[in-house]
Amino acid sequence: MNSLILRTATPLLAGLMLLFSIYVLLRGHNEPGGGFIGGLIGASAFAIYAIAEGLAAARRALVVPPIAIAGSGLLLAALSGVVSILFGDAFLTGQWWFPAFAPDMKYASTVVLFDVGVYLVVVGAISGIAFALEERE
Amino acid sequence: MLAATLAPFVLGVCAPMVRRVAGDYAGWVLAVLPAALVVYFAQFLGPVAGGETLSFSTEWIPSLGISLSFYVDGLSLLFALLISFIGTFIVLYAGAYLKGHADLGRFLMFLLMFMGSMLGLVLSDNVVTLFVFWELTSITSFLLIGFNHDKARSRRAALQALVVTGGGGLALLAGLLLMAQAGGAMELSTLLADGDVLRDHPWYLAILVLVLCGAFTKSAQVPFHFWLPNAMEAPTPVSAYLHSATMVKAGVYLLARMNPGLGGTEVWHVTLMVFGGATLVAGALLALRNTDLKLMLAQTTVASLGLLVFLIGIGEPLAIQAAMAYLFAHSMFKGALFMVAGSVDHGTGTRDLYRLSGLGRIMPFTATAGALAALSMSGLPPFFGFIAKEWVYKGTLDGGLPLVLTAVAITGNALMFAVAFLVGFKPFFGKPGDTPHKPHEGTLSLWIGALTLAVLSLFFGLFSNISESLFVGPAAIAVGGQAMAVDLYLWGGFKAPVVASIITVAIGALLFWQGRRASDALARLIDPLWGPDKGYDQFMDAIVALARSVSGMLQTGFLRRYMLVTFLVLAAAVVLPQLFDGIGVTFQTPPVDLLVWSVVLLTFGGGLAVMIIRSRLIAIMSMGIMGTGVAFVFLLFGAPDLAFTQLMVETLSVVILTLVITRLPVFGNDHRGPLRVTRDAAIGVAVGGALAALLLTITGSPLDIGLSTYFGERSYTEAFGRNIVNVILVDFRALDTLGEIAVVTIAGVSVLGLLAFRRRESADESVASEGEKTP
Repeated sequence: MNSLILRTATPLLAGLMLLFSIYVLLRGHNEPGGGFIGGLIGASAFAIYAIAEGLAAARRALVVPPIAIAGSGLLLAALSGVVSILFGDAFLTGQWWFPAFAPDMKYASTVVLFDVGVYLVVVGAISGIAFALEERE
Repeated sequence: MLAATLAPFVLGVCAPMVRRVAGDYAGWVLAVLPAALVVYFAQFLGPVAGGETLSFSTEWIPSLGISLSFYVDGLSLLFALLISFIGTFIVLYAGAYLKGHADLGRFLMFLLMFMGSMLGLVLSDNVVTLFVFWELTSITSFLLIGFNHDKARSRRAALQALVVTGGGGLALLAGLLLMAQAGGAMELSTLLADGDVLRDHPWYLAILVLVLCGAFTKSAQVPFHFWLPNAMEAPTPVSAYLHSATMVKAGVYLLARMNPGLGGTEVWHVTLMVFGGATLVAGALLALRNTDLKLMLAQTTVASLGLLVFLIGIGEPLAIQAAMAYLFAHSMFKGALFMVAGSVDHGTGTRDLYRLSGLGRIMPFTATAGALAALSMSGLPPFFGFIAKEWVYKGTLDGGLPLVLTAVAITGNALMFAVAFLVGFKPFFGKPGDTPHKPHEGTLSLWIGALTLAVLSLFFGLFSNISESLFVGPAAIAVGGQAMAVDLYLWGGFKAPVVASIITVAIGALLFWQGRRASDALARLIDPLWGPDKGYDQFMDAIVALARSVSGMLQTGFLRRYMLVTFLVLAAAVVLPQLFDGIGVTFQTPPVDLLVWSVVLLTFGGGLAVMIIRSRLIAIMSMGIMGTGVAFVFLLFGAPDLAFTQLMVETLSVVILTLVITRLPVFGNDHRGPLRVTRDAAIGVAVGGALAALLLTITGSPLDIGLSTYFGERSYTEAFGRNIVNVILVDFRALDTLGEIAVVTIAGVSVLGLLAFRRRESADESVASEGEKTP
């Protein structure tokens, strides 16, 4: 798209959005946020980047094909559920790790891994769709 | 016991590898397992003959009462031995019959898996386990019939067998579950121990009909007899094993097994005798009508299965003994004859009865096996087939039964006598015939099985006390569910059964002599008739036609039509219950707050614009405005999470819809007439209004906040998170979320696929149009 303002602002904006999306993902457990919203923000970042800088640049920025990101997210979410089976609980029961050096962290858990999986699925699927539509014949 | 049942499955998976390593000797290697199983099962012969029964059980799904429990009595042991013993020779035979075939490994895999399924079926004590193995035999049979999958006839036959037996299997499942409910146990041994509980239960008739549906379809009883001859499309080892000796007898096994629990009533006797008798006569007539060796044998198998059902239907001790004796005899001679027919086909290239003759000298072993087996099948002394037939007549002539039963049995047996001689003798005598290729005897593996089974037919006839004490006696006692004296012998004096036998032989010999003429006459009579095989095609065509008309009605291919239907149904589903229950909307005017009102105004303005504006791009923007307005409402009333998500969804919707509008060839402007605009707007307002009314009703009534309190309390104490919404999403209800993200991924993949497909099509078009331009 030939808009000077957009083209100038986008790299900065997209980077910020991406950073913000990860922030939203991680704070989601205690404050408004989470993998789904974070993923939507991340996907918007890539979508706006693709519109401003062109599809090829956006694909380069993402390194791997978006649908592969979605697939690995789904796999991660499913695997995070398998962990509990190894500990003898039902599938998808949250497992927590309280490291000795930070007993109050309450953060290292399969639940957070699951949320990261959700994030990756949303980023991958939505930006994949946006990229495919953006593609010119 | 569990290991014995599962071993064929495990070895089956390895079969293709064995084939790769052992090459043409794969049959010999793999036959070791069924041979070992024969030895394993043989150790139970002594105890079972002494009146013991053995149980083995392993837990599977204890919470549902489902266990892998096995039960060995006379009946299951007889079947298990037949399955593993004949299986040994079939595996050998298959290795030679399909020698050099690219897919021999796969074939042996299916064959061994079938063996495991069949063993599981006859040994199962638990009704659910029984059903699982029952269906496994249907599935492996489907794979084996369709082995030559490049032929349309094979595919049709495989599917037909699966539809018929699988359909019956579903009925059986329902019957078994009803039975378990009625009897209060999942184990057959418990259920059948006190049969009166089932017989006096109000569900008895339902259970009986469902179980009979399963048994009759599996054992090819009229009117389901048509699938069995079609299944002859399978390679001959399959026909010999599944479709004569073992699988088709599963229905008979089931009836025999259920006899102590479901048998003994009027409806049981009449139904089994009528269907069995009809199958016996119909199968025997169709056998004589055919001239293809395998088809003739297949039809006599149908007839024999009818005879077995018929005998179980009579239900008196002598008839039960006759059924078990005939089952034992049939498995030997029919398995042998099928292998003979296969060897003849293999050695000459044809199975046409009237092209084959004089093969005896060229194929001495096959001919000997054929002749011996045919003598047993025709019921001549001193073969075991004779004893079986004598007992059939003893059973039908048993005190006070109507003579028509004996007449039916004589008709069937006489026809089978003729077929036995046609199949077992005719190809081997007379002048050498004109065959597609020069006849030759097969290798050892091709005739050893047939010869062994044929010789055993003679052996068990001569030594009838062995067959009586080890095989037929214990089986008959298990089926009868009571102690009975079993005493098999070859010659019991010149009595009524012998007279019946003489009549049988006389009619049979006449039919054999006039075989060709009888066959032609039957062909003229039967062929023009409508049969269930044609009915099957009509039924399947009707299903396809119905599906086509329904999907034609629903799937118009217009997205707007789908949306229209979806929204109309949604509005109706929301409005109608409210109309019936009365509308309880309580409406509170919001406080006069400038901020709130301006947000509401913005939202409504956006909605109104969507309805009126003709430019699609601006309409999408207006929808974004509306959605953003809603997000503001969420924010103002304390749902930041929701507002956050709503805002993101709206933003991305606008981006993606704009891309759709600008990138895909859709009209940039609205082309609807004023009438349709009004209609669509009305539907939109209706859906929105209905949902709003629903929400107002819900919030107007006292809310049950039990769930919210539960999550609120436990969110931090158990899941260590303060954001309840997110904790629900990723922890309490994580399985739902997993499903949802799977849907998101699939949707993404689908969109990519659809767009790629469209691009390829347009690329093809442009190539084509360029091609036109060049001269």
